[in-house]
Amino acid sequence: MTLVLSARDVRRDYPVAGTPVHAVRGISLDVHAGEWVAIVGPSGCGKSTLLNLLGAIDRPSAGSITIAGRDVARLGDAEATRFRLTGVGFVFQRFYLMPTLTAAENVELPMAEAKVPRVEREARARELLGYVGLAGRADHRPFQLSGGEQQRVAIARALANRPALLLADEPTGELDARTGTEVIALLDRLNRDGTTIVTVTHDEELAQAARRVVHVRDGAIVDDVVRRPLPPAAPADGAARR
Amino acid sequence: MIWRLAAATLLRRRARTALTVAGVAVAAAMLLDMVMLGSGMRESFRGFVEQQGFQLRLTPRGTMPFDSEATVGGAARLADSLRAAPDIVAVAPLLGTKLFTPRAGDDSVVAGFLLGLDPATQGDYVVVEGRDLAADDELVVNANWLAATGRRIGDTVRVAQGYEPQVRRFRGARTLRVVGRARFVMLAGGERAAAVPLATAQAMGGETTRDRVSVLLVATRPGADVEAVRARIEAGEPRVSALSTAAALKFVDERLSYFRQLAFILASVSLAVGFLLVSTLVTVSVNERIGEIAVMRAIGVARGRIVAQVMGEGLVLSLAGAGLGLGLGLVTAHWLNGILAAFPGLPAAFDFFRFEPSAALRALGLLVLCGLAAGAWPAWRAATLPIARTLREEAVA
Repeated sequence: MTLVLSARDVRRDYPVAGTPVHAVRGISLDVHAGEWVAIVGPSGCGKSTLLNLLGAIDRPSAGSITIAGRDVARLGDAEATRFRLTGVGFVFQRFYLMPTLTAAENVELPMAEAKVPRVEREARARELLGYVGLAGRADHRPFQLSGGEQQRVAIARALANRPALLLADEPTGELDARTGTEVIALLDRLNRDGTTIVTVTHDEELAQAARRVVHVRDGAIVDDVVRRPLPPAAPADGAARR
Repeated sequence: MIWRLAAATLLRRRARTALTVAGVAVAAAMLLDMVMLGSGMRESFRGFVEQQGFQLRLTPRGTMPFDSEATVGGAARLADSLRAAPDIVAVAPLLGTKLFTPRAGDDSVVAGFLLGLDPATQGDYVVVEGRDLAADDELVVNANWLAATGRRIGDTVRVAQGYEPQVRRFRGARTLRVVGRARFVMLAGGERAAAVPLATAQAMGGETTRDRVSVLLVATRPGADVEAVRARIEAGEPRVSALSTAAALKFVDERLSYFRQLAFILASVSLAVGFLLVSTLVTVSVNERIGEIAVMRAIGVARGRIVAQVMGEGLVLSLAGAGLGLGLGLVTAHWLNGILAAFPGLPAAFDFFRFEPSAALRALGLLVLCGLAAGAWPAWRAATLPIARTLREEAVA
């Protein structure tokens, strides 16, 4: 099995009103290609901070994070930006689509930044929107879409540059039960199609859908349970097949 | 895609963007007007003196042209000696005096200004109707004179150089024929003016003006050192002051320094207002989109792109404002020029606001640079925001 993510003794401390907060306390975690890991735990336990560290949005105070062979903890701003563009895909709790762009343009945005030719990125945006079930909504703006549809567009955007890892922070947090289930089903389909996923969630249904559940408390991993092992024919690199 | 986002952001709040562009346009118009005012009068004056085609003005020692009734005697000999100088190609003597004309149809008398000159070398008027002077008993007048006296071209009229109203007696009276209507370039808007051959004007004044002139205009040979010619004339003829075009412009420059300072201050205020307007709008816009910007950074949009987008917004606002301001500035300048041109004693064709394309472009370019600079701070702020903390704060908000 190919190791996609390897975090070693990762720490993140920051001051709040002059008092140091130890958000992440020496977490070590390996994620293999094709896995779907759900990081769960109570509010304030450091799971979102951990996800930000894994995605090079934030820098650890100590430790190393290797994703697809690169130590992302030591990247400069320009390299980290490039890594976020092509190495990982982000899905946020509040979707965060650009309100002035259509669904297709939102999906194209990371590809445009990566200088993918227009024709190619338009085709891929349509393909991805078709994959998430929104082929007919490509020209709709975010305010014309429901919450679940917006989150599906956000997932398509995260997959645009075929990242090695999909990171999702509470992807069902803003959705009602029915649309939350639809998004979970989509993530499950993505994972079955070969995409490696790490999600942070409070949502029990989402955690149950993941192959592996990592419990975090007070900035440290307290439990790590494999619920569904990887199939024997797991993909070699875990990069988004879609 | 980034430029499309910038444009879409501006169009998102159309009313706010339109108001800002209108504000920048007003600032740009004021800036343009102040630039036009700062150089307009000087350039207008330069146009006058250069239009005449003479590089030196000789006046009675210590006076400026036509600022007193002082004259220089021995004018014919002086003019001949000047003409004999190797660097001088033309000399135009002028005598300025008063002119009194009985109004047609009643017994009132119209006062005006009479210019005695050599029609062959003069540069003080342009004939617009009829013809130029060809004989000593002819008169060229301006429209104000015709209107005030009730005369027409072709009329024969009795005019005088002096008038004593208590006894209703004219001095230096002559009967002259009006042969043309002219535009006198250096005279004030409402002034009634006429021109006659120099000999006629001198004769009308009697002994007080015989062989005397108010000003001698001197044209130098192309390539000649005007300052050297000026110095030679002043050294050889102590009765006169010689004023070069450059010195006259300098003199006017000094007189207009208050206007220029005022224009500079108001132009600076306009720039500051434009800067603050653009800066405020772009800052507010960035603050509204701080979450979006953090997400763009999170998904891999480079800092430079964010800076370009935000500064692009400032640039678009400034360009739109400058474009509108150009039109608005020209309209207000035309309107203000009309008001200020009625100022007593100013030449009718004098412009307070003169449109110089290069100066206007420089001013508006400066405004656009200001707009670009106004976007720099919010752009820097947007590009350097801490992504994780901003997303957390946005989620909490």
